[in-house]
Amino acid sequence: MLCDICKKNQATVHLTEIVDDQMTELHLCEVCARQKSAAMEQQFGLSELLAGLADFEKPAEDKEAASIKCPSCGLTYADFKKLGRLGCSQCYTAFKKYLGPLLRKIHGSSLHFGKSPYKASPVTKSSGKKDDIGDLRVKLQRAIDSEAFEEAAKIRDKIKELENKQTQGISKEKDSNELK
Amino acid sequence: MNLSDLINHSSEWLRGTGPNSDIVISSRIRLARNLDKTPFPHWANKKQAENTLSLIKEAVGKVNILKDTAILILADVDSLDKQFLVERHIMSREHAQKPNSKAVVVDQDEILSIMINEEDHIRCQVMQSGFNLFEAWNIISKIDDALAKELSFAFLDDWGYLTACPTNTGTGMRGSVMLHLPALVVTRQISRILAAISKLSFTTRGLYGEGTEATGNFFQISNQVSLGQAEMEVIEGINSLIRQIIDQENQARGVLMAQSKAMLEDRINRSFGILKSARIISSQETLELLSMVRLGSDLGIIKDIDRSRINELFIITQPAHLQKIENKRLSAQERDIKRAEIIRSKLQI
Repeated sequence: MLCDICKKNQATVHLTEIVDDQMTELHLCEVCARQKSAAMEQQFGLSELLAGLADFEKPAEDKEAASIKCPSCGLTYADFKKLGRLGCSQCYTAFKKYLGPLLRKIHGSSLHFGKSPYKASPVTKSSGKKDDIGDLRVKLQRAIDSEAFEEAAKIRDKIKELENKQTQGISKEKDSNELK
Repeated sequence: MNLSDLINHSSEWLRGTGPNSDIVISSRIRLARNLDKTPFPHWANKKQAENTLSLIKEAVGKVNILKDTAILILADVDSLDKQFLVERHIMSREHAQKPNSKAVVVDQDEILSIMINEEDHIRCQVMQSGFNLFEAWNIISKIDDALAKELSFAFLDDWGYLTACPTNTGTGMRGSVMLHLPALVVTRQISRILAAISKLSFTTRGLYGEGTEATGNFFQISNQVSLGQAEMEVIEGINSLIRQIIDQENQARGVLMAQSKAMLEDRINRSFGILKSARIISSQETLELLSMVRLGSDLGIIKDIDRSRINELFIITQPAHLQKIENKRLSAQERDIKRAEIIRSKLQI
């Protein structure tokens, strides 16, 4: 029997898949079977990855966190680590201390910028480079207000970098004007 | 709206129009939203989940811009129709499983869909044909604003919209662009590009989203990060990445045409030949051959067949679509025969 995917090699791996109550049998060669299993592993990766990220360096802290329970829905931090999902919006407040570092690990930030249900949404603006520094200053202020100092330092560095670029740009222009 | 009406009508994402539609199939934005102080779908009991469903249904009914939509309660939809909706990208595979207390809202043009009680209470998505994330954002943001007036969304100033999985917390937004990159695959450059993309905190998926393999040279690229960047920044980031990939694909197409024209014409015409004459064909083989024919049409090697007809074939040859067209259940073997028949009739010039 030839492999169902490549139709070239002899099928040596026989796989039964059930999707939506429909059973399909796949006969694969070793090369295609390996590719297929790699694709399946990817599917299972996320919750394990999350659980790994949510681990603490000190086992004592781990134990302390595990028993914390959301007063609103009853989900414990241990449940969260097992499921990779929170129970309700109140869990974010209940696990605040532990979720902040986790969000930073996932997104590289723990501060939201973007729309809010309380104010009108921003409309598309054409990508005007001029506004970049202005936007960053607003971000910086928000980071400071929320005491997200690591974030604030990063934004400050970015503003400096952009400002330097601008002054360099202006002085270059001047230079070229002077040469004329 | 009747589900069967959809079959005679092309989905927005397959229209084959819009900016860069030779390489970009479609652009999609989805937003994850949850009701405040209400258990997320996976943690809710039956009563709570039903309550969420009816609250959101009621809100959708009140929103003026959603007045022409249909709400499908999944418990009332049979399994073939559910698969049909998945094939049309109206809902996810996950949503089709365990249908209790779930629904999907869809509009006639299939631009908009709202999954209720999927991983989050609300998963709203807007599709646009071609490379057009900004337009998708403008549409979805208006819908989101309107729903926010009717429902109390879970939101914290510091962390944004709160979602069941912390990987979506913040904007709750994912922008995805579906690309057709045959020349990068043929010239074996694709793995280098995919490796670079994953380093930039973007993900690549196959035709049917999470956990699916890239088949038929289709790649779906989306942002991973949802916290720390405003929606517009994220979209601009995706756009600049996609523009670079489009350039690379165009370059690879140019190189193939200049250096291996005979090989390319041979491969494209052979693919076309098989599709026009096969009597039994699997969906996998169909995808691969149609991908070559689409490239042939983009490069002018195959004339007289426009992109929208090729796009249509990508979808109507899927298992549930074949069975809807035939109006009965078909075994895998019967489907392979029917698929070949439909392709032959559609490709007759």
